[in-house]
Amino acid sequence: MMGDGESVPFLLSLFLSGLVPDGFLPQRPRMQQGASARVSAIQALIELLSSMRFAISLLTVLAIASIIGTVVQQNEPANAYLNQFGQFWEPVFARMGLYSVYGAGWFLAILAFLVLSTMLCIIRQATPMLREMRGFHEHAREVSLRLFAHHASLVPTLPPQARRGAVTDYLAGEGFRFRIDEREDGALVAARQGGAGRIGYFLAHTAIVLICAGGLLDGDLPLALQMYLGDKAPTSGNRPVADIPASARLGPDNWSYRGNVYIPEGGSADFAVLNAGDGILLQSLPFRVALQRFRIDYYASGMPRRYASDLVITDNDSGERFERTLEVNKPFTYRGVTLFQSGFDDGGSRLRFTVRDLAPGAHPPYPFAGEVGARIPLETLGYGYTLEITGFRPINVENMAATAPGGGFESFFGGGANAQSGKKPRNLGPSYTFKLRDAAGQAREFSNYMLPVEIDGRWYLYSGMRASQMEPFSYLRIPLDGDAGVDAWFAIRHIFFDPARLDALAARFAARNLDGDDSTLRERLKEAAGHTLALFADGGFAAISEFIEKSIPEAERERSGAAFLQIIQGLTWDAWMIAREEAGQAALEPGEAHAPFVRDALIALADSSRYGAPFYLQLNAYEQRQATVLQATRSPGKALVYSGALLLALGVFGMLYIRERRLFVLLKNDETLLAMSSNRKTIDLDETFARHRDALAAALGATAPQN
Amino acid sequence: MELAPSPSSSSAAPPSAPGAPAPKRRAYGDWLYALALVTGACFAFLRYGQAMDGYDAAILVLHVPILAALGRAWRPFRPFLAIVAVLALAGIWLYQGDPARAEQTFFLKYLISSQAAIAWMSALFFIATGAYWLGMAARSDFAERTGSALTWAASVMGATGLFVRWYESYLLGPDIGHIPISNLYEVFVLFSLITALLYLFYEGRYGTRKLGAFVLLTVSIAVAFLLWYAFTREAYQIQPLVPALQSYWMKVHVPANFVGYGGFALAAMAGAAHLLVSRGILAGRLPAPKVLEDVMYKAIAIGFAFFTIATILGALWAAEAWGSYWSWDPKETWALIVWLNYAIWLHMRLTRGLRGAMLAWWALGGLLVTTFAFLGVNMFLSGLHSYGSL
Repeated sequence: MMGDGESVPFLLSLFLSGLVPDGFLPQRPRMQQGASARVSAIQALIELLSSMRFAISLLTVLAIASIIGTVVQQNEPANAYLNQFGQFWEPVFARMGLYSVYGAGWFLAILAFLVLSTMLCIIRQATPMLREMRGFHEHAREVSLRLFAHHASLVPTLPPQARRGAVTDYLAGEGFRFRIDEREDGALVAARQGGAGRIGYFLAHTAIVLICAGGLLDGDLPLALQMYLGDKAPTSGNRPVADIPASARLGPDNWSYRGNVYIPEGGSADFAVLNAGDGILLQSLPFRVALQRFRIDYYASGMPRRYASDLVITDNDSGERFERTLEVNKPFTYRGVTLFQSGFDDGGSRLRFTVRDLAPGAHPPYPFAGEVGARIPLETLGYGYTLEITGFRPINVENMAATAPGGGFESFFGGGANAQSGKKPRNLGPSYTFKLRDAAGQAREFSNYMLPVEIDGRWYLYSGMRASQMEPFSYLRIPLDGDAGVDAWFAIRHIFFDPARLDALAARFAARNLDGDDSTLRERLKEAAGHTLALFADGGFAAISEFIEKSIPEAERERSGAAFLQIIQGLTWDAWMIAREEAGQAALEPGEAHAPFVRDALIALADSSRYGAPFYLQLNAYEQRQATVLQATRSPGKALVYSGALLLALGVFGMLYIRERRLFVLLKNDETLLAMSSNRKTIDLDETFARHRDALAAALGATAPQN
Repeated sequence: MELAPSPSSSSAAPPSAPGAPAPKRRAYGDWLYALALVTGACFAFLRYGQAMDGYDAAILVLHVPILAALGRAWRPFRPFLAIVAVLALAGIWLYQGDPARAEQTFFLKYLISSQAAIAWMSALFFIATGAYWLGMAARSDFAERTGSALTWAASVMGATGLFVRWYESYLLGPDIGHIPISNLYEVFVLFSLITALLYLFYEGRYGTRKLGAFVLLTVSIAVAFLLWYAFTREAYQIQPLVPALQSYWMKVHVPANFVGYGGFALAAMAGAAHLLVSRGILAGRLPAPKVLEDVMYKAIAIGFAFFTIATILGALWAAEAWGSYWSWDPKETWALIVWLNYAIWLHMRLTRGLRGAMLAWWALGGLLVTTFAFLGVNMFLSGLHSYGSL
């Protein structure tokens, strides 16, 4: 805070040095001359603070500071900034408060100066403005009237008294108020209209003060003061609510706050969580909120249409209890606290899985259950991982584009309602995400779909995997067999990658392809198949192509590559057939009809060696439990801000559109002098003056002046 | 009899200043127009009253005095409104509740379905720009008149397109229907329309068409962007509203904002013209510096007033949708920066009496700030207000 305090005068002096005219600021020697000099220094300071230059400099600084806050992402975790700015600049920027500009001391100081400057400006302007609003300038001298940009002289035909009546009638008819000053050589009729425009000035500038004051009351300042003056300090959020110390708890009488309330279905909460720096504070609410149900309604296209929480609110003091449905854009205020629907989450859905071990010869699939949010050590099951179930979504609407975007000319025409081609929303069903964390703390993240997905007439089960949050998921696509479903592929995999069964598989493959008498040749094919299988099990397609590059002359590589592919596809087929036999299913005739399954199965086999999990976690059933995230705010400054906003709107329109006009008619014996002025010098004034001049000339029986 | 008019006042009442047209006839016209508005509102209420809630009814009623005042202050607005009403109603009538008719009915397919109307608007704005430039290059009054007429026609088609699109959105499903100002495509149509109408107002007010070439250039750039965006991203598709946008505030917040943006765009073009003219470039082909300065001030004044209202409305809406009237979201912050920028501009002119090149440069630079607040924030900064993302 000290550093911020010092930077303010520096910044200001920087901006003002170029703007303050010479001799405006008190000179140093004069300041030492005692009390009178001090008084004039204070006067000069007030003068400076209430000056336009100062106000405009402040507005400029405010605009620039605001830009910084939009360029530097605000309130991110500290290590994000470290990554972005590096070791040297990160602490420098942190000290300058750039990570939460709008709450920084220097930013608030600018706002405070703006309020001060505006207030002084209003006070200083009040008396002259009020005088100006009420006054008529009826003592204006003839000489100065002749200096007006808009003046005209009419030679009269009527005597002064008759002219006076005509002039006052005309002015009254035009909505002017006027005062007459009798002079030796005649009389001056001083008229004005639109004086209310000056009220606009007061309204708009008072509004700035009100809005800033209200904003400060509702901002971070009250909390910062409590932390600074009182015994409040944020605490780490990673602990049960019961363990949070009193120093991190704020009572329901707290002045203003804005926090999140997380409630799972069937649960309740009577506190909000406020983020403060890297830690949190618990804010008690004067009531308890229970969530019965969280609902999402969808459009036909699958887009969410409505988020709603069915709440039961119980007053902590009176015990009064009532139900309320909260929706986006429909907040609800109770006992000074406003609740908003701000988000939703999983509240601990219960998921039932089948664990399919990927290791050959492992136990058959077995059931397993857990809930979202749980961390389950898997040592007892024989895996060196901890399972963290992180999320569940019952509906996933994906846009399966039938055509590429850019439907072109034809679809542009034909009405917005018809131009919905090219998009085919489709619900892919439930999905779930989990992490597998090894003993070293490294985690891989998985995103699986519960139901198979159809792509071009074929069905697949999708499982996404990524090694870090930065990467996109890469997907394992497990093909489904017509009668055996997803079991077929897992059975194939067990046979394919089992070293104990390698020999039998290779032999079966060799026998199927060379069923003649040449046993040497068959033996060589079997060996080749066994070798291919071993290579593939070791490193997938990459291992095979590496082997080709190492040991086969370049001219033959293409041919031998094709041969290897044929062998590995043949082995997949044989493994499939073995799996079918073992499952008691009929053998299939080899042919083109089964080629896609073999190809997909083989790709999945290759991908599965990089899957990074010892098992496939397949979801069988779920009981969804959702949670709502509400925002609870208390903002007593709102009334000030809103009334300020109203004044601002009225003031701006008043200032810009109520035009103050002053018309002077000096009636002398031998001349009628017209002069007009306005505080807004626009072309309209020329026009208005010409109109009044011509009309008055007509009313006075003078000839209308020619342009 | 000698008269002594001062030199400055001789410089001119604008030619358009109505030389007092027969006041009686004008009064009849006013009454007729007001009567048409009241009849329209009554018809709408009788026909759809049962589907309206309190807000709808209040807005309907408020439209009558607002449109009446607008028509009184700006007479060409009346035929504009009447033609738009006829075309939009014809479009709705031709649909007969069946979206497929957009392909089958000649008038819908080629003229007044929303997409056809917006395509017409785009084409007409381009041609109008060409006509204004031709008029400026050849000093041809006829070409400038043509430009003016085409700009009116383009505005009619744009407004018709938006109204018909509003109806089309309901054809997709009663829960999908909404006012067509909810995504970047729709607001670009709105921006082109409002900027053109503001320009046309000042064209009539100052009786000079010479600024058209500059203003229509901005409108054409906006339209070019609109078409690029439509063709590459299929942005013309009507999408249902996300829950955060399902609010009454949208109907007032967005149009108010675009009156602001339109005013600032107009002021920037007047500023550009002012800079050229004061350097002797195109002098004589553009309006006089004094007129340009006046246009610039008035455009900024109306833009600032509406932008103030729009920002206040935005804050009121944010209080309902995001839980706080001001959360220093990038969009909010940039709205503040735009507001501060023009607040300083107005202080400079009104209080300090600054005039000339400085203010013109500033108005031109202000358009960059405004454009960043309008588009740049959506493209480069993330935040809550990411509805019109690219």
